[in-house]
Amino acid sequence: MKYPKSGRFGEFGGKYIPETLVPAVQELEENYLKFKNDKKFKKELDYYLKQYAGRPTPLYYAKNLSEKIGGAKIYLKREDLLHGGAHKINNTLGQALLAKKMNKKRIIAETGAGQHGVATAMACAALGMKAEVYMGYKDTIRQKLNVFRMNMLGSKVHPVKSGSKTLKDAINEAIRDWITNVENTYYLLGSAVGPHPYPVMVRDFQSVIGEEIKSQMKKLNNKTPDSVIACVGGGSNAIGTFYPLVDTNAEIIGVEAAGKGLKSGFHSATLSAGTKGVLHGMMTYLLQDKEGQITETHSISAGLDYPGVGPEHSYLKDQKRVKYHSATDTEVIDAFLLLTRTEGIIPALESAHAIAEAVKVARKHKKSESIVVTLSGRGDKDVEEVQNYLNKNVKD
Amino acid sequence: MSRIKEKFSELDAKNEKALISYIMAGFPNEKTTLSAVKGLVKGGADIIELGFPFSDPLADGPVIQNASTISLEKGTKIEKFFKLVRKIRKLTDTPLVLMTYTNILYKMGYSKFISEAKKAGIDGFILPDMSIEESKDYLNAAKGKTDTIFLISPNTSIERIKKIANASSGFLYLVAVYGTTGVKSGIKNYTIKAIKETRKQTKGKVPVGVGFGVSTPKDVKRYVSAGADAVIVGSAFLKIIENTPQNKIEQKIGSFTKSLKKETKY
Ligand SMILES: Cc1ncc(COP(=O)(O)O)c(C=O)c1O
Repeated sequence: MKYPKSGRFGEFGGKYIPETLVPAVQELEENYLKFKNDKKFKKELDYYLKQYAGRPTPLYYAKNLSEKIGGAKIYLKREDLLHGGAHKINNTLGQALLAKKMNKKRIIAETGAGQHGVATAMACAALGMKAEVYMGYKDTIRQKLNVFRMNMLGSKVHPVKSGSKTLKDAINEAIRDWITNVENTYYLLGSAVGPHPYPVMVRDFQSVIGEEIKSQMKKLNNKTPDSVIACVGGGSNAIGTFYPLVDTNAEIIGVEAAGKGLKSGFHSATLSAGTKGVLHGMMTYLLQDKEGQITETHSISAGLDYPGVGPEHSYLKDQKRVKYHSATDTEVIDAFLLLTRTEGIIPALESAHAIAEAVKVARKHKKSESIVVTLSGRGDKDVEEVQNYLNKNVKD
Repeated sequence: MSRIKEKFSELDAKNEKALISYIMAGFPNEKTTLSAVKGLVKGGADIIELGFPFSDPLADGPVIQNASTISLEKGTKIEKFFKLVRKIRKLTDTPLVLMTYTNILYKMGYSKFISEAKKAGIDGFILPDMSIEESKDYLNAAKGKTDTIFLISPNTSIERIKKIANASSGFLYLVAVYGTTGVKSGIKNYTIKAIKETRKQTKGKVPVGVGFGVSTPKDVKRYVSAGADAVIVGSAFLKIIENTPQNKIEQKIGSFTKSLKKETKY
């Protein structure tokens, strides 16, 4: 599925958008197609990815962890070492640069945990632009340090008080802003979701992760990895990891947030437990009730707390090319502590979902096999959350 | 002929334009919706749009968002909504248009939803997030059953206006402003231009209704004189419902409707 002109991955994706946005989305697609193969654009983006964001990121052999588990070798793709502390900057630099080429003066974005908002604010500051970021009111409280960061970086944060006051509502509000200010505004969407061409464009900007994994594994072991694992919120770090490897023999696993358990009703495991529907401009798997109302989600990691998922993941699931598993909050805390203690690496809670799965997979595989886990972000933002969780569970 | 089409030809014969009113079903409860409908009918609304709430109404401003949230909290469900439509059908022959978001139809299946809605008495659909590109299954399901009212915007290209007008039946919904639904003040020149351009493209094949931000008799008058075949008022009605005790709703809505309807006659 190179560039789906129809905007569809199989039956998934498309453009379910208010008519007012159609010219904006068309303009975006035209410009994206023009610049994605433009030598100057690519060179400029490459410069920022290397010199500003810190690419390439290491592929680190987690020896202590691998030996402790006693199965396959686990390698960590260290997106946590990027500027800003997460993979988000790969996408925000790409899109901010595109917006600049398109002469857009006003940038808007949504954010859940605040990671995409911060990465947007950074990319905009670096490129001499300003952003306005919509963030669910609940998230502005849960992740207030990121609100301070965005403000300091020169961006404005709009708390969103409608609906469930979290990421999905922040996206709704950003879309409403876009409808209102469509003529001068660029919407810098933070995951591989939304109407075409966003899912493809974000995948392409994030594919640098999988491309590097491929060449780094080749150098290290002279082969492609046997298994590849990444966490799935909207699905951008995962699709960036998977896409360059779908044509190999690798076993590919996406890990969703099982929250308090798939049967509890408190989770964000869209592909594991969802049904097909239309939200935020795309047809994809969604967490919704029988009547098509979107249901509230839960995850210990704010970055995975979303009732939809990128349409290409829905396609890869139905094609059975990628397996989608999930990890509960408890498993995630264990994985967070395990990686922290064995390797001295504090993972983001989102990324800890992938670690939890890697531990299960490594146990089942031979020592000669290799597993690559995308460590999408660092966990500094989460240490308070984890400490609270531990305190609470000691008391209980 | 569909009820909506009949209504437009009936108005045409009287030299009148259509007043289309929007209210959210079940906001703040079913009883109020029924009273409001009675008021709308008495006041002379030509077509009634009933909103069915969706959890994520991304084309709506704060007034309709709030009404959706409350309607859902009060337990509005599809089956209950169809029952309400049947009750309304006993009161009036006024064409009824259902406005909601694509996912509500998609989840049940376009065909099933549209058939059930038709049986209850719905004459047409407005889905603000249904783009023409994605509309094949929806159009097939609605064919011969209900009208499909698509939206265009002041920035829609001439080529697209033609395409969208072709797929539209009942009327074509011209979104007056860049923005979400809601009460706005002032009329923009670009809207007047868009009305004229749209009429030029549709050549009278489908009536053109103007909505989003229309809230006063003066707005209605201005759009009608610019050439609109219909004017759509929504959030202004919801505001009245918000601020009026239940026993006064029918009368208040009735007199406001009357003041708007007056401006559609010329
Ligand atoms: C570190 C990290 N990983 C993963 C995600 C989930 O997003 P996606 O699925 O788009 O990669 C987020 C989102 O905020 C994040 O901050």
